[in-house]
Amino acid sequence: MTNGINFKIDGIDLTVDEGTTILTAARKANIQIPTLCYHEDLCVAGNCRVCVVEQKGSKHLVPSCAMPVSEGMEIYTNTGKVRLARKHILELLLSEHNADCTKCYKNGNCELQYLASEMLTGEPMFIDLVPDKKYTIDKHNKAIIKDDSRCIRCQRCVRTCEELQSVSAFDVAYRGKHMKISTFFEHPLFEVVCTNCGQCVNRCPTGALIERNYIDKVWDAIYDTTKHVVVQTAPAVRVALGESLGMPAGKIVTGKMVAALKRLGFDSVLDTDFTADLTIIEEGHELLSRLKKALVDKDPSVALPMATSCSPGWIKFIEHTFPEYLPNLSTCKSPQQMFGALVKTYYAKKRNLDPKNIVSVSIMPCTAKKFEANRPEMRSSGYTDVDYVLTTRELGIMIRQAGLDFESLPDEHYDSFMGASTGAGVIFGTTGGVMEAALRTVYEIVTGREVPFEGLNITPVRGTEGEVREASILIKKTLPEWSFLEGIELKCVVANGLAYAKKVMQSVKDGTGNYHFIEIMACPGGCLGGGGQPIPTNHEIRSKRKTAIYEEDMGMPIRKSHENPDVVEIYQEFLGKPLGHKSHELLHTHYTPRKRY
Amino acid sequence: MSEFVKRVDLIFGEYSDQKYKTLEKIVSRPNDDIIKDILDSGLRGRGGAGFPTAMKWKFAMEQPGDEKYVICNADEGEPGTFKDREILTQVPRKVFAGMAICGKVIGAKKGYIYLRGEYHYLLPGLLKEIDVYNTFAKELGIDFAIEIRMGSGAYICGEESALFESMEGKRGEPRNKPPYPTVSGYLNKPTVINNVETFVNVLMICRIGPVKYKKLGTRDSRGSKVFSVSGDTPIAGIYELELGMPLEKFVEEFGDGDTKAVQVGGASGFCVPRKKFKDTIIGFEGVPTGGSMMIFNSSRSMYNVLHNYLDFFEEESCGQCTPCRVGCQQLRKGIEAIKSGDKPVTYLDQLIKLSETMKITAKCGLGQSVANSFSSIVTNFKEEMIY
Ligand SMILES: Cc1cc2nc3c(=O)[nH]c(=O)nc-3n(C[C@H](O)[C@H](O)[C@H](O)COP(=O)(O)O)c2cc1C
Ligand code: SF4
Ligand code: SF4
Ligand code: SF4
Ligand code: SF4
Ligand code: FES
Repeated sequence: MTNGINFKIDGIDLTVDEGTTILTAARKANIQIPTLCYHEDLCVAGNCRVCVVEQKGSKHLVPSCAMPVSEGMEIYTNTGKVRLARKHILELLLSEHNADCTKCYKNGNCELQYLASEMLTGEPMFIDLVPDKKYTIDKHNKAIIKDDSRCIRCQRCVRTCEELQSVSAFDVAYRGKHMKISTFFEHPLFEVVCTNCGQCVNRCPTGALIERNYIDKVWDAIYDTTKHVVVQTAPAVRVALGESLGMPAGKIVTGKMVAALKRLGFDSVLDTDFTADLTIIEEGHELLSRLKKALVDKDPSVALPMATSCSPGWIKFIEHTFPEYLPNLSTCKSPQQMFGALVKTYYAKKRNLDPKNIVSVSIMPCTAKKFEANRPEMRSSGYTDVDYVLTTRELGIMIRQAGLDFESLPDEHYDSFMGASTGAGVIFGTTGGVMEAALRTVYEIVTGREVPFEGLNITPVRGTEGEVREASILIKKTLPEWSFLEGIELKCVVANGLAYAKKVMQSVKDGTGNYHFIEIMACPGGCLGGGGQPIPTNHEIRSKRKTAIYEEDMGMPIRKSHENPDVVEIYQEFLGKPLGHKSHELLHTHYTPRKRY
Repeated sequence: MSEFVKRVDLIFGEYSDQKYKTLEKIVSRPNDDIIKDILDSGLRGRGGAGFPTAMKWKFAMEQPGDEKYVICNADEGEPGTFKDREILTQVPRKVFAGMAICGKVIGAKKGYIYLRGEYHYLLPGLLKEIDVYNTFAKELGIDFAIEIRMGSGAYICGEESALFESMEGKRGEPRNKPPYPTVSGYLNKPTVINNVETFVNVLMICRIGPVKYKKLGTRDSRGSKVFSVSGDTPIAGIYELELGMPLEKFVEEFGDGDTKAVQVGGASGFCVPRKKFKDTIIGFEGVPTGGSMMIFNSSRSMYNVLHNYLDFFEEESCGQCTPCRVGCQQLRKGIEAIKSGDKPVTYLDQLIKLSETMKITAKCGLGQSVANSFSSIVTNFKEEMIY
């Protein structure tokens, strides 16, 4: 047991644990210190210097985000010296910054702008350096736009991509006044290892990294009376959208979101949960068929372990980093793309619509889904399966644009069909969710019984942040046709965040990781921590969203994918059987090896 | 020659220990005795910041663990400094011996010399000498080996934590401190990093004893110092002189009779105008210096001198922290704007305030020291900035 450290901040006596920084201690005492380069999820950089405070006895100011508290320290956060330094630093940043906020996507949700308004910057203090700079904008990417003229070089993106995602698409290039955030030889983002996960976008304090937004295109489609505009909403959106509209984190807003989408003018509001459930059926059968090939047919070419394929950031990651394991990926499309393919086929037929007049929109917690929708192979309906992908943030903007008072909207229900959800579909939004949903179904297929966990809650596979979670489930008393699985321990592993995905894949590669089924979600915490989710996102907020997701699951009357009535119906009416001919045509895909830089 | 400018032969002289015999004797002494001698000698680091060497070693010594490192900073990037090159060429064995003493005291088995990239031509000679050292060390039972690492050609890599990053194969960006190198340095292990000259001083203190050593210099600035003298002087070169002398005497000896100012300590040091020569001591009680002494006569425009320095900083800053990266650009642009009349003379005061902010908020010594030359030149040569 270490004793606490006693110190004083703005005259208040505090005792904190050893190693606590001044910033963290100050927040405990409800003293706000401005920050820019600091982010809860990342290691401390200490480079922006706006968080400096005065330490009694020190000539220099100290960076509160980086400086640990020491015994007897006296800190002042609001002296004249601190104020002038902060002001100088902010003015310096602004002098390098293309600060035309009214043209900026982050207007109103920008940490730099917020700080500038708080400090009441007026006439610039220093000379405008922007005309000297040859700033570039990389707008070649379908998912993410990088605008160097709005970059404050805080390196949050660099740290995010390296520490959380182990992708390292960004690095710092050049020195001194030329220093900038760069990609491999300054290639555009779409040519490098970037997975489009958007984690950097979510952490960029300014408008330097933003999603490519399709808001106006979607409005155009809505206003076009010849078009039938269908919208699907991903599981993780309903537990985060509220934050974009001024509500606290962790609120489940499913009903309000559906109501809002209807008022925005979408012709049909459907639920990606439906295809999440469908994914479980297809993927579950795929796993069983791989196991059968391996165990019964002794087919050496069958690729095991099988890895989930619903996270497009993860797909691009494995294409770049472990291309030799592409056969191990489930061939199932992500729920979004299954949905898109079905909207322009099954849905069109049932609703008697010409697929060319259908515009299919999806609301996703994810920026990688924008890239995914643009993959050339995603046209199996004969049209672009998903026309526009909006992030949770973009939907928030549309709702504000429409002048809706979100909080007071009455709950409404998804349209049917393809609007039915189950608890299994909902938990796709969190790490471990796909695994849990799959096990709920697979176990029942194989044994005819429900999974032996209280309340269907398979807690051992519920992933947590910052770890690789391994679990196994013993299969006993199988139905006769699955007898080859009798007594088998199904080994599963769950990871979230690409840094952990890399660890799992490395363990598979070097033989230390022995699994049947791998679930990977590219983003920390799973989709609920996706790159398209409201800003800020951090550990605390993710935990709240996660609690909300499990709450939503528990509250669902149906909690198993194979019991989703719309799913049962689509197999009867359209698909035939899992992994059947139609499924292969519409619901499965293939992957492309990519370069390693 | 004036009596004050006492030339000394401590660093370059007495170079007879061809077989490291004195080293053998020194390392057989108890660590605490060695530390005590260094403490008594009053030795402060010769790399610029002047940190007491004994304290640094003591901190590292007290750290637990047996993986520790000794690093000799031979990056020598400060404009106007070229003395480490000379020391490494003339008396490399003294440097190695100093490092070996450090290794023994703090409990490190491995030492590195981080050699400025531009000094690659010294490499063959140094490698040969290192072989000799490593062979003798083995013979004498000294468990401390030395290796050379080449620098990457960036001034910032001379800053100790950026140097570690660079040695670890990363981009040379200074780290947050704390933790300090003695706790977490190279490979995050306890590390002592000293300037080339500091190591030689340690050896000489161990050889001649602190009492004799202390006879050189003043109370706050003990020992001798190797100076790199450049600029408007008929006798540019390397000189080993006693510390603590008045600048006036230095100018009498080295100036060309028309000296207007001396820049002490390179671009990151201070500019002393003629009227202050008399009252300025070269040493820690006055203007400290890593060795660079640049002499300017009245034909020089101090505006150009400052502009050059700012150009240098603007390019050589690592660019990570706001006050330094943008501050340097603003200072340079600012003096240009005042000169051209685009900004009023009062803007100069704003720039001085900015440089003060840089001093107290920048992440490392580079950004913190820009204000030294900036405000000393701007305040002492204000007219030259305007007209
Ligand atoms: C920008 C910058 C450059 C530096 N370059 C050098 C250098 O080239 N050589 C050196 O010995 N110290 C240099 N230093 C100082 C080192 O960080 C460190 O303080 C020194 O090596 C410690 O040695 P000493 O205690 O023997 O002086 C530099 C510091 C800064 C901020
Ligand atoms: S990044 Fe922020 S401060 Fe800069 S233009 Fe955009 S909104 Fe304004
Ligand atoms: S792009 Fe954004 S996150 Fe990255 S350094 Fe620039 S401002 Fe920071
Ligand atoms: S989108 Fe993801 S992979 Fe791409 S640069 Fe950002 S953090 Fe890295
Ligand atoms: S002061 Fe300058 S050199 Fe030092 S860390 Fe900051 S930007 Fe880099
Ligand atoms: S927030 Fe502390 S230096 Fe940036």
